[in-house]
Amino acid sequence: MSLKRIDLLICCGSGCVSSGALKIKERFHEVLQEKGLVNEINIIETGCMGPCDYGPVMVIYPEGIFYKKVTPEDVEEIVSDHFIKGRPVARLMLQDEEEKTFSTQKEVPFYQKQVKVALANCGYIDPESIDEYIATGGYEALGTVLTTMSPQDAIEVIKKSGLRGRGGGGFPTYLKWQMVHDNQAEEKYIICNGDEGDPGAFMDRSLLEGDPHRILEGMMISAFAMGATSGFFYIRAEYPLAIKRIKHAIAQAKELGLMGRSIFGSKFSFDAEVRTGAGAFVCGEETALINSIEGQRGNPTPKPPYPAVQGLWGKPTVVNNVETYGNIPTIFLKGADWFASMGTETSKGTKVFALTGDIRNTGLVEVPMGITLREMIFDVGGGMSGGHKFKAVQLGGPSGGCLTTQHLDVPVDYESLKERGAMMGSGGVIVMNDEKCMVNVAKFFMDFCVDESCGKCSPCRIGLKQMLDILTRIDSGYGKEGDIEELQRLGEAISKLSLCGLGQSAPNPVLSTIRFFREEYESHIRDKSCATKVCLDLMHFHIDKNRCIGCSLCAKKCPVSCISGSRDEKYTINQLPCVKCGNCMDVCPVKAVTKVPGMHPEVAAKRLAETKLSHNYDE
Amino acid sequence: MTLEICRKYAPNKDNLIQILHEIQDTHPQHYISAAAVDIVAEYLHVPANHIYGVLTFYTMYSTTPRGRNIIRLCESPPCYIKGSDNILRRLKTVLGVGTGETTKDGAFTLELCACLGVCGNAPVMMINDDVYGDLTEEKVEEIVNKIRGAK
Amino acid sequence: MKTLADLKKIREKAQEEMKLRGGNVRIKIVVGMGTSGIAMGAREVMKTFLEEISNRNLTDVLVTQTGEKGLSSMEPVVDLIEDGKPKVTYGNMTSDKVKKVVVEHIVNGRVVSDYVVATGN
Repeated sequence: MSLKRIDLLICCGSGCVSSGALKIKERFHEVLQEKGLVNEINIIETGCMGPCDYGPVMVIYPEGIFYKKVTPEDVEEIVSDHFIKGRPVARLMLQDEEEKTFSTQKEVPFYQKQVKVALANCGYIDPESIDEYIATGGYEALGTVLTTMSPQDAIEVIKKSGLRGRGGGGFPTYLKWQMVHDNQAEEKYIICNGDEGDPGAFMDRSLLEGDPHRILEGMMISAFAMGATSGFFYIRAEYPLAIKRIKHAIAQAKELGLMGRSIFGSKFSFDAEVRTGAGAFVCGEETALINSIEGQRGNPTPKPPYPAVQGLWGKPTVVNNVETYGNIPTIFLKGADWFASMGTETSKGTKVFALTGDIRNTGLVEVPMGITLREMIFDVGGGMSGGHKFKAVQLGGPSGGCLTTQHLDVPVDYESLKERGAMMGSGGVIVMNDEKCMVNVAKFFMDFCVDESCGKCSPCRIGLKQMLDILTRIDSGYGKEGDIEELQRLGEAISKLSLCGLGQSAPNPVLSTIRFFREEYESHIRDKSCATKVCLDLMHFHIDKNRCIGCSLCAKKCPVSCISGSRDEKYTINQLPCVKCGNCMDVCPVKAVTKVPGMHPEVAAKRLAETKLSHNYDE
Repeated sequence: MTLEICRKYAPNKDNLIQILHEIQDTHPQHYISAAAVDIVAEYLHVPANHIYGVLTFYTMYSTTPRGRNIIRLCESPPCYIKGSDNILRRLKTVLGVGTGETTKDGAFTLELCACLGVCGNAPVMMINDDVYGDLTEEKVEEIVNKIRGAK
Repeated sequence: MKTLADLKKIREKAQEEMKLRGGNVRIKIVVGMGTSGIAMGAREVMKTFLEEISNRNLTDVLVTQTGEKGLSSMEPVVDLIEDGKPKVTYGNMTSDKVKKVVVEHIVNGRVVSDYVVATGN
């Protein structure tokens, strides 16, 4: 029996660690030692609590006080005021725009519309303690399934729950299981796809780091249902902490006898090991992933045969995503009906989304399927940051599409998003404000896909490069009539002809930005102008002579010495050599330097002369 | 050394990726040499060209020597939206190298990488196994100098 | 581990360790730890509560602290909050008084009226 009276939960998810959580933890240990409070306070490192933007965050029980952006300097005050005198430190609490203070975690608006199923324990338990996982009901689902159900019973439960794959495709989970279950092969494999490569998605990382036993339990239940006795966790090498935590969890489960031979006295035996990637986005595709586990290049192979028929080492294999496994124990504990009562007609349960970009509360959220984009971005996400206006949201990473203001009331489920050219993907939600250029964003995603294309099939290898060339042309001021149509033609062909999901979905960002922001493409091509002043060739810097005080700072800071003038004449930019570094704007004390949309007429004239010259050579 | 690492794993082809990781991570210059490839090829009974195929497919492997510390700046959209290009510019100035290059003293190699999955704290970079988030131009300079000083 | 009953044993023990995070709490002890409370020995009072509760293995009791309660003349002040019962406030507490309150009030359910300075909210 301990003397502990306070549980101090420090978020040690990767987000908070990156903003200094570990230093704070050390500082707490020091201060508690100094003040002789070591016996009374429990310091617990948890997984991701969600609101990464406010990191490092912590929750202090029994009151459930929530502190944000804690620095090592704040620690002493927390200990002396809160722990000793019982006066929580108000200045570290979250405040909204109206300066309302939220003292406890429950009150924080970010958490209010959330329903945590997969993330239930993330940020609440110590991920390295199997006991804490068991305390929250962990491994009870596995025990119940193994001792009271047949594999077919278990499949029926998942069928009834309506669970669909959380990795992107949205394939009904029970169907994969059923196919492998019905296969009479002696050896079958189960794989956990932890190769979360979608830029802007980090729920799988947080789950593996924050609640590894849940994923392990979900995997074991699946393995029992389909008849596999060995499994692989395939985790990106970029996630060293997730790899460490899963390995640790496997060792703990084996020690307690929750893994290994005849688990819970049943006939079911199971073993799992961890394999890591080595930096290849395409390995998130299941056939590529299987090749990578086998020690080969991660090239995808054509389907069929599907992995369920011929997977790892040619044996029937189920590949499920981390978050999918994360839902399974709770579905068995609370029942399929409970799970199916959340969400929409075709998309049941909850989904974890990663909110990023120009939004106030970035981080991980779990909400019922069917919530509108507006609720997700403005209620849970707290709206746009820095007083900017919402412009677009990219759903599903580089494979998804963008949606705009007109779609804010669209319910977020697999079908509604697909109808509008976006997709659920793995749940990355990149919010963009009105300062973003959609042509530039589309080019950026295309650049990513060209980099990550494995090069095996030509539509993806050659076609995407063509699309990127056209986009580069447009954003550097050389776009021509017909480029938009060419992008659409290429995009549609690549979607139809590519071998795997990467190529099939890579044109989506371009196609969807053309659909909803065609006028931006047009003004880039016809007017040689980028209204948001992002594309450097399609904007220029200008010094307002009425404001300029002739201090010469800009001229001194210019790396190419293209600014000239004097105190009396004021300063001007010679547009031709200007490299648009923006130094002049940064240093101007009176804000006389501004960005102006559109290519400067002098530059346009020079380019025109050059093209004419090259035509002459051609002739 | 290389052979000792190999022997920790069963001589099966599917251990190739893990073996290569360990060879690279334990090498002071964080790369996989031609000599190492030959040793692994012999141990696993696979042709060396298969190993080269794998090495060059995955972006995390290097076949040329690199610095003691590998800086990997995320160039994915969430970081880009939050200004990773400014961070890159500052890193290049502070280190005096371009992307993919190693500083003269062999302390740092600057690389760009795909999403590190810490997008809530964009822009983000990883130095070896440590993640640094909410980067500003001042902060990266401080971090680099700190690691330099520790050496 | 072979059965669900084995699992349950581990769970109950682990839940015990996690009770601060919202477990089964019958009585909450709130020690006033304002400046004057601390000056009058509130730290000692709190420590004694923790020790006594630990020694007696009382698993459903929670000790927590609060700031100044505005009863300076009666510091250290302690509230005992029990579900469905009016709050009891004890004043001028000392280690010895704490021991008595633990035995009488917390274990046997009898309010130690000699030390009570207020009841109800």
